[in-house]
Amino acid sequence: MIHFNIAPIFKKEFRQISRDKRALGILVFLPAFMLVMVGYALNFDVKHLAVAVADMDRSALSRELVERMTQSEYLELQYRLAAAEDIDPLLESGSATIGVVVPVGFSDNLLAGKDAEVQVLIDGSNSNTGSVAQGYVSLAVRDFSNRLVMRWLEKRGASPSVPVVLEPKLWYNPELKSAKFLVPGLFGLILMIVTVISTSLSIVREKEMGTMEQLKTSPLWSNEIILGKTIPYLLISIVAATMIIIVGWWLFDVTIKGSIPLLYLAIVLFLLGGLGQGILISNVAHTQQVAFIMSVFSSLLPSFLLSGFVFPIDSMPGFLQVFSNVIPAKFFLVIVRSIIMKGVGVGPVWEQFAYLAMFAFATIGISAARLQKELSR
Amino acid sequence: MKAVRELLIKEFLQIRRDKRMLPLILLAPVIQVVLLGYAATVDVKNIRLAVYDGDRSPASRAYIERYTATGYFTVVEHVDDPRDLDAALDGGRATLAVHIPRHFARDVASGRPVRVQLLADGSDANTANISLNYAAQITAGYAESIFAERLARVGGITVPRVSAETRVWYNPELRSANYMVPGVVALILMIITTTFSAAAIVREKEAGTIEQILVTPIKPLQFILGKLLPFTIIGIVEVGLVLGVAVLWFDIPLRGSIALLFGLCGLFILTTLGLGLFVSTISRTQQQAMMTAQFFIFFPFLFLSGFTFPIENMPPVIQTLTYGIPLRYFIQIVRGLFLKGVGLEVLWPQALALLIFGAVILGLSVMGFRKRLG
Repeated sequence: MIHFNIAPIFKKEFRQISRDKRALGILVFLPAFMLVMVGYALNFDVKHLAVAVADMDRSALSRELVERMTQSEYLELQYRLAAAEDIDPLLESGSATIGVVVPVGFSDNLLAGKDAEVQVLIDGSNSNTGSVAQGYVSLAVRDFSNRLVMRWLEKRGASPSVPVVLEPKLWYNPELKSAKFLVPGLFGLILMIVTVISTSLSIVREKEMGTMEQLKTSPLWSNEIILGKTIPYLLISIVAATMIIIVGWWLFDVTIKGSIPLLYLAIVLFLLGGLGQGILISNVAHTQQVAFIMSVFSSLLPSFLLSGFVFPIDSMPGFLQVFSNVIPAKFFLVIVRSIIMKGVGVGPVWEQFAYLAMFAFATIGISAARLQKELSR
Repeated sequence: MKAVRELLIKEFLQIRRDKRMLPLILLAPVIQVVLLGYAATVDVKNIRLAVYDGDRSPASRAYIERYTATGYFTVVEHVDDPRDLDAALDGGRATLAVHIPRHFARDVASGRPVRVQLLADGSDANTANISLNYAAQITAGYAESIFAERLARVGGITVPRVSAETRVWYNPELRSANYMVPGVVALILMIITTTFSAAAIVREKEAGTIEQILVTPIKPLQFILGKLLPFTIIGIVEVGLVLGVAVLWFDIPLRGSIALLFGLCGLFILTTLGLGLFVSTISRTQQQAMMTAQFFIFFPFLFLSGFTFPIENMPPVIQTLTYGIPLRYFIQIVRGLFLKGVGLEVLWPQALALLIFGAVILGLSVMGFRKRLG
């Protein structure tokens, strides 16, 4: 076994980090601060959509329909309009998301036994809000229509009850809070940024300033340089991760249902992979600017887009679903969410653990080999 | 003016000298927009369904078939024991589970309401919510057909139906890409111009060459111009590239005026360059500058601008905060121009806000920078 002498570099790196008070502050406290901001701001819960209604019929039935539509917490009647044309400017300026026009003769048609139609206009520019709005409105109209049938059935002495009553039960997150879903996801994103960006920049800085040459002439092995360079960031990131857990529990009630040591094992594996990726980038990049862009594009973006953090992987096109399998954040998120929300043990997530370990092993191994080559040159 | 030109040439030479830099600057945004265009979708499709059918009757099968017929659901598992539904959710194999009780067919036929349990993995609140809404619509549709059968039995006449004739504006197919990609234009413009202008200045500080420049007859204002102009030009070129990908590759409709779009990009660049300059004033190393830009500017901007997360859904305090985020106005402008095809007659308040932000931020940063140097 090679005798490791990592202390000198380790001390030097730590001194360099602690000399730069702001960088240290950013690394330790910002993750928690971001969690606060993002935890409150990130929210997909589509509620209280503004509805504008032009009820041209002004009958008992049309009033009942409008009432049924807007009695849930999802749709909120905000504008009562006299003319259908008044809806357009409200949608254009974004003041209303949904416009409903009940035409003249709505009630007369129904009473005469003829089908009736209401017009629904939806601002689809935000596709998610638009499709949720469409879902709520069509469900409300269907329910109203079914109620008319049920009344008629009752009059004729047939069973007026609905055939199937749904009993939804929500697991893991009964209040359906976006924060509970996103907080574990933020974990991966923040840790990825801290590790990949800060390690790659700190090594490339030595190259830019020419101090890498000095390290080369020192009697240190590449493994020693790598460990000395990365362990400080590993420790800082673990502190940052702990801050995230505390803030998440304190402000967002995100409690850890599963085992905490297991969670930390996942965090350390994930961090090692991130550090390895950072060193790999520093092998390739010659300037900090290039290192920064490469880090952002190889870590931040995929961890944000392809990890299932906000965008469901199931809905992506096939080739991206396949591609998402190389993103460590995807597996990390599955583990973190399972441990935090579902309280599972290693059993259901061992494959993800194995992948994280493999990724860390591969990136650190390759980058150590490359650095060794560079040093011996 | 000559001094500025010399500085411009120096800056472009420096960009060209780093072989990896130019391809990265030009390729990165294209990759980003392609990735985002495909990946950034919150459409809920392919919901994985686990089914326990305790009745195994034609009626119960017909009910389940309605789920798969919509195209939103795929049955991934039929279980024989209702407890296995929990395991399917725990293991993440299914996101929704349906529990159909015994005597489903008998109760439906006799007019007694049947209770069907739906177990949803609520960890992804948005997906759970949308899945449950689909299920409710499917069940309402099922009720419609059962009612029709009952009506036929008692009288044979039809009862009038109410239907919604829905028209979706601006984005009729409700494509996520139509909403996200225009936002990416704004995002890329911000990241590139802010990071690079900050880094270009801090690099001179780190290398100590800023002192050398200051002893030359170049005035601070000329220095600033020489540093910021190259990235303005690069920023505009990138907007062109990203627009090309958006319109030609993703078929995103650009309904408004292109000239107005570029003009307002110019207005937004005032803000981003001002921020870049500000970051460079308060940072000593590039690492510091990048971290500061990343955490204090990009992240709050990304999350509070309405880029992915609708501002209307945020708590009131945070909604108020978003008015201080310049990207918010620019995103509204870009989406308005792309999707709604509106012009300045609608967008003037946002344009005005950008102008004010740009003038104030850039003005203050220039002042601060000159003071630091002086």
